[in-house]
Amino acid sequence: MKRFAPFADDVLPWLTCAGMLAALAMIFLYAPSEQQQGASQRIFYFHLPIALSTYLAFFTVAGASASYLLQGDRFSDLLAQAAAEVGMVFCTLVIITGSLWARPIWGVWWTWDPRLTMVVILWTIYAAYLLLRMFAGDTEQTARYAAVLGIVGVLDIPILHVATRLWRGIHPKVEKMAPEMMWTLLVCLGAFLFFFCWLLWLRLRSLSQQDEVAALRREMLASL
Amino acid sequence: MWALLWKDVLLELRTKERLSSLFVLALLIILVFVFALGPEQARRPEIGAGVLWVTLLFAGMLSLQRGFLIEQERGCLFGLLLTPIDAGTLFIAKFLGNVLFLTIVEAIVTPITLLLLGSSWSPLLLLLAAVELLGIIGFSALGTLFAAIAVRTRAREVLLPVMLLPLLVPLLMASVKVTSALLAGEAWPEAWLRVLLAFDVIFVVTGWLIFGQVMQE
Amino acid sequence: MTGWIIEAENLRKTFAWTPVLQDVSCQIGAGEIVSIFGPNGAGKTTFLRLLATLLQPSGGTLRLFGHSPTDAATRRRLGFLGHDSFLYPDLTAEENLTFYGQAYQLKNAQARIDAILTEVGLQQWRKTPVRIFSRGMEQRLSLARALLHDPELLLFDEPYTGLDTRGVATLQTVLATAKERGKTVVLTTHDFALGLEISSKAFILHRGRIIWESTGHVPPAQEFGELYHSRTQSPGSQTLDPRP
Repeated sequence: MKRFAPFADDVLPWLTCAGMLAALAMIFLYAPSEQQQGASQRIFYFHLPIALSTYLAFFTVAGASASYLLQGDRFSDLLAQAAAEVGMVFCTLVIITGSLWARPIWGVWWTWDPRLTMVVILWTIYAAYLLLRMFAGDTEQTARYAAVLGIVGVLDIPILHVATRLWRGIHPKVEKMAPEMMWTLLVCLGAFLFFFCWLLWLRLRSLSQQDEVAALRREMLASL
Repeated sequence: MWALLWKDVLLELRTKERLSSLFVLALLIILVFVFALGPEQARRPEIGAGVLWVTLLFAGMLSLQRGFLIEQERGCLFGLLLTPIDAGTLFIAKFLGNVLFLTIVEAIVTPITLLLLGSSWSPLLLLLAAVELLGIIGFSALGTLFAAIAVRTRAREVLLPVMLLPLLVPLLMASVKVTSALLAGEAWPEAWLRVLLAFDVIFVVTGWLIFGQVMQE
Repeated sequence: MTGWIIEAENLRKTFAWTPVLQDVSCQIGAGEIVSIFGPNGAGKTTFLRLLATLLQPSGGTLRLFGHSPTDAATRRRLGFLGHDSFLYPDLTAEENLTFYGQAYQLKNAQARIDAILTEVGLQQWRKTPVRIFSRGMEQRLSLARALLHDPELLLFDEPYTGLDTRGVATLQTVLATAKERGKTVVLTTHDFALGLEISSKAFILHRGRIIWESTGHVPPAQEFGELYHSRTQSPGSQTLDPRP
């Protein structure tokens, strides 16, 4: 973890800022307006990257969980926790941006189409994960339980995907995109990827420092 | 493994608390639905199917918790871990126990529900029983795994539904769709059946493999 | 594969990410009777549970009978008696033992159950639910459960607490018989006299570490008592003494 520190602390914030600025510029100045949806379509440039980040966070939780079950190291546990927290934030944002997008286009704040449904369920799985950690205390056993939840969750995703598809279906199809839109989208994806990594790093560092403080406190008490 | 199952059955025969409370709770939930929705609404096959499965979910949670609470007293779970029985076997035994108790309750509750709600329903009872069994299997697989976790934490009554329900959504959807098709006398929804079967297989195997991790301390 | 029954090397266990046992290394051979002493919170119960495979170490290695502790065959050869009885209160004494007999896949289970019930003096209570038992009776039945499958390694966690006089006598007999038959016993206790009387080896556990190990014969109880108290004074209580 120390290895990442120089890159994460110094480079990542700048990358994120630069990326975000570039993204904003492109969204509002560069990308053309979409015929049918008009200006509100631009939310899409936020909505899609955030949604992808949510899934990325989830897979990170699953990966870190598997790593913990195999190795039992604190870093994997903290990574899983940090990813879950960041993922939860992003998941909430997906729902909000999705809602803001839906209102002008479809005239409703909410609809039960498969992808939205999927995101809501994902949100509840995140919530379950965080509640488990909250209620079970900070022990190795909790880490193990959370890891099991993380892995079972990720196994559930494909089934959820199929099931929600079967259930309903009206998400805006991404038709052919003008090349300018494609570029804008890519820049946004990059920007949000940096943002995700940076947030993850911040949270991870904060959790790790809490650990160090606790260890120091113990040493102090033991030497009394 | 059969010894384990028999032990659980014996315990239940002795106390009778799991089956009786399950049965009463299930019945009450159905009644609550009828009063909340109104008997005309409840008569529709989709609603009836939904009511049946929601009841199973919530009554089932109770059964799952009881299944592990009996091992908490006097530290019996450690007694089990001491024996040569391996975690996978322990999982299957608990899983089968859960399936058994839920099936027994469903066998009684379903006919009553059919009576109370559906005058025009004409399901082939055997098929209905089969579908219910598939749903119960999926529910018990994930349920056994997470009940083992929930029972050993604080706020276990809240934590089990919170963890279990989101993961059970595909199972719920599939079970209700298939059941309502059966009740309405419609064609067999093959796609949903496949979802149901896939769910069952994936999570019984997952539970069997991963239970050892949950038992470790 | 070595001849040691228990072989622990740098064993470490953490709870809530804080170490409860660290650098615990020891070797215990067949036929030894080992007593582990230590103040409350020293980690005795944790250590014994690690030996019983009820807990998994956070670090270090442990070998039982020369094999990994996760082998099912290893579990068959050990018996554990702790504070919890591991008995189902709603089942009768006989049903509890029958269940464990099946779990250990005993042949001639019925005969064995009869014998062990007689040994702990609970024959006339065999058809009674455990819920009705007194604490002493329950502990005796738990002892029966621990011995049912005739294990080679006996692990007793503070076995004298919770036993009635009848139980203490039974336990003494059990320990004596175990010694005769060359079984290995590890027990934790607060009672110096009782423990040292039967032991061939003794440890003192303090704050998660072994701070003293007997060499050769165990010392007599009084000498040990002085040694124990001097070693387990917390160092702080001396350095903070304001008097010059």
